[in-house]
Amino acid sequence: MSSSLSVSAPRRLSRRLAALTAVLVLLAGTVLASLAVGARAIDPAEVWRALTGGPASPEAIATVVGLRLPRTVAGLLVGLCLGLAGAVIQGLTRNPLADPGILGVNAGAAFFVAIAVGVFHIMSPAAYVWFAFAGALAATGAVFLIGSWGSMGSSPARLVLAGMAFGAVLAGVTSIIRLSNRQAFNAMVAWEIGSLSNTTWPVVAGVAPLALVGCLAAAIVARPLGALALGDDLAQALGSRLAVTRLVGVLAITLTAGAATALAGPIGFVGLMAPHVARWLIGPDQPWIMALTAGLAPTVVLAADIAGRVLTPPGELPAATLTAFVGAPVLIGLARRRQARGL
Amino acid sequence: MSRAARRRAALNLTLALIGLLGAVLALGLGDYPLTPAQVVEALVGSDSGFARTVVVEWRAPRVMVALAFGAALATSGALFQSLTRNPLGSPDVIGLSTGSYTGALVAMAWAGSGRLATTSGAIVGGLATAVLVYVLAHRDGVQGFRLIVVGIGVTAMLHAFNLFLLARLREETAMTAAIWGAGSIGLIGWDRALPALAVLAALTPLTVAAAPALRQLELGDDAAGGHGLRVEPARLAILALGAALTAVVTASAGPIAFIALAAPQIAQRLTRSPGTPLLASALLGGLGLLAADLAAQFVLPMAVPTGAVTVVLGGAYLVDLMIREARSDKTAR
Amino acid sequence: MEPLQRLSAQAVTLAYGRRLVAQELTAAIPHGGFTVIVGPNACGKSTLLRALARLLSPRAGQVLLDGRSIANQPTKAVARQIGLLPQTSIAPPGIAVEDLVARGRYPHQSLLQRSPERDRAAVVEAMAATGVSDLAEQAVDELSGGQRQRVWIAMALAQDTDIILLDEPTTFLDIAHQVEVLELLTSLNRRGKTVVAVLHDLNQAARYASHLIVMATGRVVTTGAPSEVMTEALVSQVFGLPCLVLPDPVTGSPLVVPRRAERTD
Repeated sequence: MSSSLSVSAPRRLSRRLAALTAVLVLLAGTVLASLAVGARAIDPAEVWRALTGGPASPEAIATVVGLRLPRTVAGLLVGLCLGLAGAVIQGLTRNPLADPGILGVNAGAAFFVAIAVGVFHIMSPAAYVWFAFAGALAATGAVFLIGSWGSMGSSPARLVLAGMAFGAVLAGVTSIIRLSNRQAFNAMVAWEIGSLSNTTWPVVAGVAPLALVGCLAAAIVARPLGALALGDDLAQALGSRLAVTRLVGVLAITLTAGAATALAGPIGFVGLMAPHVARWLIGPDQPWIMALTAGLAPTVVLAADIAGRVLTPPGELPAATLTAFVGAPVLIGLARRRQARGL
Repeated sequence: MSRAARRRAALNLTLALIGLLGAVLALGLGDYPLTPAQVVEALVGSDSGFARTVVVEWRAPRVMVALAFGAALATSGALFQSLTRNPLGSPDVIGLSTGSYTGALVAMAWAGSGRLATTSGAIVGGLATAVLVYVLAHRDGVQGFRLIVVGIGVTAMLHAFNLFLLARLREETAMTAAIWGAGSIGLIGWDRALPALAVLAALTPLTVAAAPALRQLELGDDAAGGHGLRVEPARLAILALGAALTAVVTASAGPIAFIALAAPQIAQRLTRSPGTPLLASALLGGLGLLAADLAAQFVLPMAVPTGAVTVVLGGAYLVDLMIREARSDKTAR
Repeated sequence: MEPLQRLSAQAVTLAYGRRLVAQELTAAIPHGGFTVIVGPNACGKSTLLRALARLLSPRAGQVLLDGRSIANQPTKAVARQIGLLPQTSIAPPGIAVEDLVARGRYPHQSLLQRSPERDRAAVVEAMAATGVSDLAEQAVDELSGGQRQRVWIAMALAQDTDIILLDEPTTFLDIAHQVEVLELLTSLNRRGKTVVAVLHDLNQAARYASHLIVMATGRVVTTGAPSEVMTEALVSQVFGLPCLVLPDPVTGSPLVVPRRAERTD
């Protein structure tokens, strides 16, 4: 924080641009690796030929275009959505701990998936997506409604408490459903683990438009959220429209978090971690944080997915396991390093 | 004592009475129903008939365990929340229950699903997690917010690891593990209840002794230090106490979620008490777990782990309280 | 002649983590006086106060109370001698004034030994002395800033100590409430308490203090009675502020009137 005062504006800008460029380069590298690495490694030149329709072996084309491309695109989308959702939630609740999971998104999605399996006996993962999406939307909406009911507006602590409470109710009912129904149990274990391994084009294509609308909404509220960080009163004095900011922010969160959870199951930590790392790299400036998060978060998700493919052959580790194992130490390190304060 | 303090005392008394009545009622419920009078007769009378066996041997352990475990979890939650000044500072949020689950899962995966292995795995897991969180959060003393962030980080790792293990276990073991993981007090007889109850009884005077220090810490570290409290040792002792309370319960019954988070919050709202009220939290926790267990046994159509019910009931009640609080705010305006 | 002193810092080195705040600092608190510590921001005033109250252990040197190092005395025993009003304290939400003041009795209570009557009497007296008796049943968070500060002082008084340390007790108060708090401290001082306060306002310091400790960058620049210490040269040296020092038209104590600041940054 003090560094942003002492560093003069042009130097700060060049530092931020450098950080953003570095992150984007890293992301590009990760995307390439995601296409090349797996049970069958394909060298980057062959990947390029397969993608651009050049002379590549049919297996390479099948693997890269048929399997790894949708998976990579899904990873990009999931990361982008989770990161932005986290940044918007943290800005909106002024709570550095806020994470899509805390607002009940995962619990809502899991609840609807459990209902799909346990009550409607739907067994196709492609259909779970829409249940998960609807569940995430419903839960986030409900949490914001409960949390911001009354005169206090959505005070950060209230919102988080509402998210915990409502999320717990849904998680409880979910666990009752899954424990009383073996089919639901197995399906839930597979879904809940948070992995990109089963993504297919139709699923990605179906969710992508909503995800992108969510990202757009997040981009729109980036600047107003920066004002909101100063407190409601000051934000209003600076001319920001609180109600509109909140509404668009909530829309952004529900769409992005819902899309990400629908695509990959509950992947924790990316939404919590990426904005923290971004803030640490470039200081407290909401639009910049969100720009950097948009590059960092997909990198993390893809890196976790890639690592999961190669760490324990022949099996795969789910991305969520790895994001937790990478993200948690980063968060703990940040908490130890900085004078983390208040909620 | 101020008027507010007298009001709180009256409320605590009421809660205790409700708990007592609830216990008598619960002892009468079941396949062999008894009236409250019969229950009291079976408890205090000299008659050693079937009713006595039903009440004392079959139902009493479960009721006692519900009350005591609920109270212990809620107290643990109140201690942690008060120290961290944050409802998210609850032991279940900062990873103690998750750590116990990890310990139990590891024990089930490698040492079979025997009760001793599971119990010791859970105790070791829970306490190890507490130590880990404390050490990682320690830097010139432990500060509430840092403890929570570190706890959430550790919880996330353990949770991911648990899911990973669960997916690798054989289906039968996985289901058993998941049932344990949801938390249940249904299968506890006197043989298992007594050791846990004894440990909890031993921890009770320590909790009472810790209360004044807790009230000081609520004023901020400097004020507490100025009043002569040795801040950091006191905090460590209180955290250790809270961790022990949770670990004992979790080892015997599995992670019973949400009592630790919800009971202190509900208690604070009911009593309008400054800070986190220990006694009211404990009473409400006991009541809550008893109610949840009764619901799990007699209201729901299928057998359901108690922990799943506590989550639903506690969460729903907290949501309801928050909505009503918001409404009364609106009208007050 | 040196005034009688009970509390003093002897060549203390104070630090937070790796950040050194003061080195070999020596300062004595005259017994029965109203000592005010002044100095620019971040010069170590609050740190010194925290060390005197045993909240911060010196890296080197020691804080003496009645000739004995406070580090070797039980914390509660020290807290029965020295009371502290920290810069930031937290009122548990919804707590009643009376209950908050009563928490100042902590050093006098132990598990085995309690005397509710004495606690009660101390609380009543502390509330009366600070004029908050009428607010006893009210919630602290509903009070005005001035009232709340008096409640915090009441809590420190309930501690029933001979020495009371206050870290910026007038911050966030309007001018009338500032004067009210300082008059209250003066009257406590007249009734025999040794008062030590960190203040920002030089004129208030000069008017109310019987003894000034002037600090800059972790060391004591000078000490003594305000009329001797507070000079144009000193203010210019310590604060980098050119000024006139006139006699206060009301009390005759030194009155610092800044000239136009010639800051370069």
